[in-house]
Amino acid sequence: MSEILDFLPLLLKGAWITLQVTAGAAVLGLVCAFTSGLAAVSGSRVARGVSSVYVEFFRGTSALVQLFWLFFALPLVGIRFEPVAAGIVALGLNIGSYGSEVVRGAIRAIPKTQYEATVALNMTGYRRMRSVILPQAVVSMLPPFGNLLIELLKGTSLVSLITIADLTFNGQVLRSVTGDTLTVFLLVLAIYFVMAYTITLGMKWLERRAAASIGLGKLPSQPEVIRLEPV
Amino acid sequence: MIWDWDYTWDILPDLLRGLVVTVQATLVGSVVAMVLGLVFALLRRSRATPVRVVTGAVVEFIRSTPLLVQLYFLFFVLPSLGITLSGFLAGVIGLGVHYATYTSEVYRAGIEGVPRGQWEAATALNLPTSRVWRSVILPQAIPRVLPALGNYVIAMFKETPLLSAITVLEMLAVAKGLGSQTFRYLEPLTLVGLLFLLVSLPASLTVRRLERRYAR
Repeated sequence: MSEILDFLPLLLKGAWITLQVTAGAAVLGLVCAFTSGLAAVSGSRVARGVSSVYVEFFRGTSALVQLFWLFFALPLVGIRFEPVAAGIVALGLNIGSYGSEVVRGAIRAIPKTQYEATVALNMTGYRRMRSVILPQAVVSMLPPFGNLLIELLKGTSLVSLITIADLTFNGQVLRSVTGDTLTVFLLVLAIYFVMAYTITLGMKWLERRAAASIGLGKLPSQPEVIRLEPV
Repeated sequence: MIWDWDYTWDILPDLLRGLVVTVQATLVGSVVAMVLGLVFALLRRSRATPVRVVTGAVVEFIRSTPLLVQLYFLFFVLPSLGITLSGFLAGVIGLGVHYATYTSEVYRAGIEGVPRGQWEAATALNLPTSRVWRSVILPQAIPRVLPALGNYVIAMFKETPLLSAITVLEMLAVAKGLGSQTFRYLEPLTLVGLLFLLVSLPASLTVRRLERRYAR
């Protein structure tokens, strides 16, 4: 029991770095996912082409190879990243390519009648996306985004291989210093699990709220209906 | 010139040898994932509640924790419990078990997709349970989920570079070794990326074609 208390401070410090890298890469990934996903459904052939090259390239090569490439190979052509920046950029671009497919799929899945309605209402292309298509599409993006966020959290363990002192790295440090490998790694796994579970719960909450915001949520119960004020 | 072609041709044979290890690890890992995933899927349908709950918890735990840490666990922790695995063996077990938690979901979807009438017909024919699975349910469930399983094989292929962290000399480990000898990382790492694309792009195109065929 006392070992656990000795190990925890360093592991939690690592977990904090893990969370920071996850958050940074998630933001970058979200931006890439929407940019590329919207480009994929746009009318411009060039935009569609660029988006598809981005997606195929980052989904076709391995995340660890991309990370090593940014960290070890790019400095040779004069571009140098700090380790944390390299981690966030590589993981963000990688997860963004998966997210792009989610965005594209969700927008494509909106029924055609919705598009026809926006045309009938004489909406501009921007207005159509912002007020009609995206609010509906985002709701169906959330569950796959939740899965991607967990994949990203797990993927951040790769940054330990480019000397970032994240949870996995600090676990390795404790392993080699103390030799108590079993306790250390069980703790590391448990901390990752708690983080992943928290993300799952948070995403579930977000999914319910988003569904309710476009009127897809749970219907109000009988007493609530009776209490509703007449309009 | 930034890119050194002579060096590129020098290192290519070594990298291709690494690619062979990468492919071997993927294939062995896939077999483990296919078999174990089916076992997980069947256990999660067991009639005994404890079996269902425990399998569910184990699958959930493995799926929410990083593969890299699991590989470290197999490679560094098991020896202290008296089980020593080679890097390759620990690697393929790690890959296989990790991806089994994904393939079990695929099998589950496939099994649930078999119409209820098939179960009822099997019951009407008084088939024993093992026979129902072997001759009625699985032959219908598995072909439908082959494309989804194929996607996980490709995903696993792209995660084999993690095995470099537990001393397996697969493609990325070879590239890093070459880079640290010559201080030229650009060529080896770029080639590794290209070789990955070269294998995974045709593979995913094939899976997509399969998906379309089964969707019809």
